[in-house]
Amino acid sequence: MSRLKLFIPVIVFMVMAVMLWRGLYLDPRTLPSVLIDKPLPDFELPRVEDEALISKADLPDEPFLLNVWGSYCLPCLQENPILMAAKEAGVVPIVGVNYKDKLNLARLWMDDNGSPFDFSIMDADGRLGINLGVYGAPETFIVDGNGVIRYKHIGVIDYKTWDEEIMPALAAVRAEATL
Amino acid sequence: MRRSVALVRLYCLSLLLVLGAVVAGALPQPTLAAVDAFEFETDEQQRRFRQMSDDFRCPMCQNTSLTGSSGGVAEDLRREIYLMIMDGKTDYEIEQFMLERYGDFIFYRPRLTLETVLLWFGPLLFLVLGGWIIFGIIRRAQPMTQEQVALNDEEQQRLKALLDNVKRD
Repeated sequence: MSRLKLFIPVIVFMVMAVMLWRGLYLDPRTLPSVLIDKPLPDFELPRVEDEALISKADLPDEPFLLNVWGSYCLPCLQENPILMAAKEAGVVPIVGVNYKDKLNLARLWMDDNGSPFDFSIMDADGRLGINLGVYGAPETFIVDGNGVIRYKHIGVIDYKTWDEEIMPALAAVRAEATL
Repeated sequence: MRRSVALVRLYCLSLLLVLGAVVAGALPQPTLAAVDAFEFETDEQQRRFRQMSDDFRCPMCQNTSLTGSSGGVAEDLRREIYLMIMDGKTDYEIEQFMLERYGDFIFYRPRLTLETVLLWFGPLLFLVLGGWIIFGIIRRAQPMTQEQVALNDEEQQRLKALLDNVKRD
């Protein structure tokens, strides 16, 4: 028994080492969203395209992507081709949230790079962003047909995330809707 | 014996360090304030604004309070706090507003919940554990009394016999 006691420090060390080792691979920048399975916040904001006021009722009534972007945001430019391809193939409706941007710059960006969005909501003062728990573009939500947030991806979407995270999550939300 | 004294010294020293850290943490920290042109009606409102900007963590930057950050979202959150204070919201209501949107990350001081019990009291646990081990070692390291060292009659005889043997050889 007292022999076994000698191993206690080694065991404690190993448990801590394993936990700390795993800790090395956690990303402190991805905050778990507390808004998963919560309804989208209410809003009434102009559309970037024509400044018409829109609200929650104008959002698609099928699962869609809500993509937070800004003309100042380089990663948004990076993921734009993927979103454009998705739009052209008619994979999923994409609604933009133009986060803390200027109207003319946002329009210029869309003219230059193409707009993957059905339309973009103009959140100039960032208040919709706060209600969505956004802390920086790009962030992408999957919202179901009832306007409930089901998934959140923080940061740029590359082909790998699109194939391995976004599409499966979207498929799961869709499968549920057809039940 | 000398080793146990050293151990006690070490333990007391670490206790002092912990105590020092606690005291230092409790003292008000001067923070560099980002400049916002907010106007308050009362000093109390301003004090609450400062306090809350210090206590909330900027979600975008990893280790800065809202006060210390000039990042976009920190600026917006300071504005929201200001508006809520002027709107007569209580501190609790403002905390809930933040919690609902950004989760526990937003609190610089983690709330005491079931998940954070270890975070809050883990160090105390280690302190107690360390003390327990050290006092165990010291207790066992007590010098033996005269009585414990003394030989009984039977042992005296064996000793005598051994010594006799040695002499004979």
